[in-house]
Amino acid sequence: MLKGGSRDTGKLLMERSVPGRMGVVTPLLDVPLQPMPDASLLRDDLSLPEVSEPEVVQYFTALSQLNFSIDTQFYPLGSCTMKYNPKINDEMAFLPGFAAIHPLQPEEQSQGALELLYRLQEFLGEITGMAGVSLATLAGAHGELAGVLMMRAYHHAQGDTGRTKMAIPDSAHGTNPASAAMAGFDVVSLASDKDGNVDLEALHELAGPDLAGVMITLPSTLGLFDQNIVEVCRIVHEAGGLVYGDGANMNALLGRTKLGDLGFDVIHLNLHKTFSTPHGGGGPGAGPVCCAPILAPYLAAPVVAAGGSNGNGSVGTYSLSSPEQSIGKMSGYHGNFGVLVRAYTYIRTLGDAGIKSISGNAVLNANYLLQALKDIYYLPYDRTCMHEVVLSADWQRARGVSGLDVAKRLLDYGFHAPTMYFPLIVHEALMIEPTEAENRDTLDAFIQALRDINQESFDDPDFVHHAPHTTPVSRLDEAGAARHPDLRWRPEA
Amino acid sequence: MLATLGLTSIDQLFHDIPDEFRNPPLDLPEPLSELEIQRELAGLASKNRALGSGPSFLGAGSYHHFIPSIVKALMTRGEFLTAYTPYQPEVSQGTLQVIYEFQTLISSLFGMEVANAGMYDGATSLAEGVLMACRITRRDRVAVSDTVSPIYLQVIRTYCQAQGVRIEVVRHWEPEVGDDTACLVVQHPNFFGGIEELGEFAELAHGHGALLVVSADPLACGMLNPPGHYSADIVTAEGQPLGIPASYGGPYVGLFTCKEQYIRQMPSRLVGRTVDTQGRTGYVLTLQTREQHIRRERATSNICTNEALYALAATIYLAAMGRQGLKQVAELCYHKAHFAAAEIEALSGYSIPFKRGPFFQEFVVQCPAPPSEINRRLMERNILGGLDISVPPYSDPLPAELDKGMLLCVTEMNSKDDIDALVSGLAEFANA
Repeated sequence: MLKGGSRDTGKLLMERSVPGRMGVVTPLLDVPLQPMPDASLLRDDLSLPEVSEPEVVQYFTALSQLNFSIDTQFYPLGSCTMKYNPKINDEMAFLPGFAAIHPLQPEEQSQGALELLYRLQEFLGEITGMAGVSLATLAGAHGELAGVLMMRAYHHAQGDTGRTKMAIPDSAHGTNPASAAMAGFDVVSLASDKDGNVDLEALHELAGPDLAGVMITLPSTLGLFDQNIVEVCRIVHEAGGLVYGDGANMNALLGRTKLGDLGFDVIHLNLHKTFSTPHGGGGPGAGPVCCAPILAPYLAAPVVAAGGSNGNGSVGTYSLSSPEQSIGKMSGYHGNFGVLVRAYTYIRTLGDAGIKSISGNAVLNANYLLQALKDIYYLPYDRTCMHEVVLSADWQRARGVSGLDVAKRLLDYGFHAPTMYFPLIVHEALMIEPTEAENRDTLDAFIQALRDINQESFDDPDFVHHAPHTTPVSRLDEAGAARHPDLRWRPEA
Repeated sequence: MLATLGLTSIDQLFHDIPDEFRNPPLDLPEPLSELEIQRELAGLASKNRALGSGPSFLGAGSYHHFIPSIVKALMTRGEFLTAYTPYQPEVSQGTLQVIYEFQTLISSLFGMEVANAGMYDGATSLAEGVLMACRITRRDRVAVSDTVSPIYLQVIRTYCQAQGVRIEVVRHWEPEVGDDTACLVVQHPNFFGGIEELGEFAELAHGHGALLVVSADPLACGMLNPPGHYSADIVTAEGQPLGIPASYGGPYVGLFTCKEQYIRQMPSRLVGRTVDTQGRTGYVLTLQTREQHIRRERATSNICTNEALYALAATIYLAAMGRQGLKQVAELCYHKAHFAAAEIEALSGYSIPFKRGPFFQEFVVQCPAPPSEINRRLMERNILGGLDISVPPYSDPLPAELDKGMLLCVTEMNSKDDIDALVSGLAEFANA
């Protein structure tokens, strides 16, 4: 990994440790020494590295350079909406009046924060066509759990405790069934039809008195807008069930339609996807929940209320409140506030036209890729796609090059790989989401890379099969890692 | 580009949306330029009182600690900030190696065998710890000490509401644990600041085949014996004290550690060290068959995106502070808090009800007037006082005679001048 004059990342922190070194100088004690607690309570085994500040900076900087990121590479990871993250958003979140405020300080001392949260609730309600919004959930899956707990609470409040089943399409993200299970539901799989829509006959069979609801991702993970969505909602409602919307793919729909209008009862949004907050190497995210009026009393606490609007507080003031029949608190405080500030800033830069241009360009970019690639990569559903296109490497597979191989070879071309092998109902799936933030030159270069790799699958499939060849490490022994878990550094015995 | 698709307008791409629901009216405010946004947001921010703008003594789960400059400088590098979950390990070794370092330092800090890649925050981490203990023991009764944060207790209840788990709040001096108890849940130091006898809790829990689940303050473990020292089975924590700004409650990072024998029941991601095809060391996400994208409804948790960026922040913080720095910060908090407690106790009308036990950086003061009133007066001097625990849910476990409690927190950020200002502000209410 050592090349040229770059800093070595081979040694871990504990292997760099030299007794006595420190990265930070702490201040002297300015009060009299106090009696120490009983020595039996004190530790003498604290094992942390001892390294200097320059060593820390050089080590972590060198590590960062081993990553692909949006700022350095095209990152068309399907379903993750890896769009450019405007720097202004970060700067606003770092303002001391936002970054250095305590979650439990009196509301009079936090009015600016509460006002921002209140406005963001309003914006998200407007964009989704939903009456109730809680910003308290910290990621998409966290929002899902809150949403399905709300569905459960609603049914129970109607005395309807026999609704134990949650129907989830076979194309859904794994978080959907996992969240439903955490909320106590039995998960039943809902088939997709030949066009990639929910199979209405299958849905009719499941729609009965034991159906709590369905969890639908729109557009679906196939990147398709379900043409039967209004009918899906109608069937579920007629059977007394509720419709959950996984907002992972909202980037396709911004300003184009409102999920509340279509018939969804409760949804979550992924602010780190649709609203451009940085993904951070795997979080933080934020997963606000938006819902129809009938579910608003069950929203996770807290929500922000405007003074005068519901009888509490004076006009122009904001306060935290708990909906009457709330499912409870989902996290320690009021949501991932720093992420919420970024999303607020983003929406403020856009306005109505800006919001619509996001979905427009995201869908245009995806269809441009679809059109340019479908002659050489199998397209399982030949329809206009939304913000992402799901291709298959089935044709390459026949020549000994799998979807995994294509994805790994893309890394050599300097592109992050698409999402692979998902959705599960497409063989050798390559799920490509370009986002609105990439220009045509980038898309053309990516198309060329995929065409070149296809050619390589004829000329030298074995070479592709062993890709990547130019990355800091080659393919890693994942089976070995799972068989003999080495999850932390330990001193040599 | 439209022409290559044979289209004339973007709108044609959305023809699958039923006409009556397409292009609905949208009512968002007019867009702002960057300059205008800076002004608007600076205006909103100025309506909030920042912790650094005057003496602050509020803790209760979110703490005002010093953050070295390098934490922000490194974590905002685009290569870390704008990457995602390391699904492609060949081009994510930076993030993966950081998480391996994080797992090493966090498990070591708590004296535990393994740590995962992090959870959402301290509260959800503890709630998932409780669910994990139920899975391991196949029991469904959970005993939560009455000195665990009332906020965390609420989140445990939310997470367990559909799982058929019974939550029982037990007295910390005499916790009832039975042979059907999955786990005893305690906090170290507890919500009211006190350091409890973890060894006795462990013995009690283990004697009934139950697990000991501890929510710990990572900074306190710079000087105090960590929960692992007392054979705790699962240790969770709020990672915010480790270089993460208070930020009105998030984003933070939940810390999650356990004994190695339980790793297959752990929630969230794990990174393991392995080798590539050429024998070079590298890191990968591992034991993924626990997780939702493989196991779906049978996963150990639904968690997917967690708080990787703040796991990075905590790792940089621990690397910079190191063995000595962390101990020094913990000791600064300890001495300053004890100095403040002694000064306040000397004021007529104030008493320290729990002082018979040792404490770390937080302590409860019984005040001569309602704490909310005292806090208002302190704010007139630009001092952010402690948490008013005379109101629910904080007052729930407190004895009736402790009816004007304030939970104060003193950290290395509070100078002697700050403490003197607090004491003189409190003196206003002292009995003449």
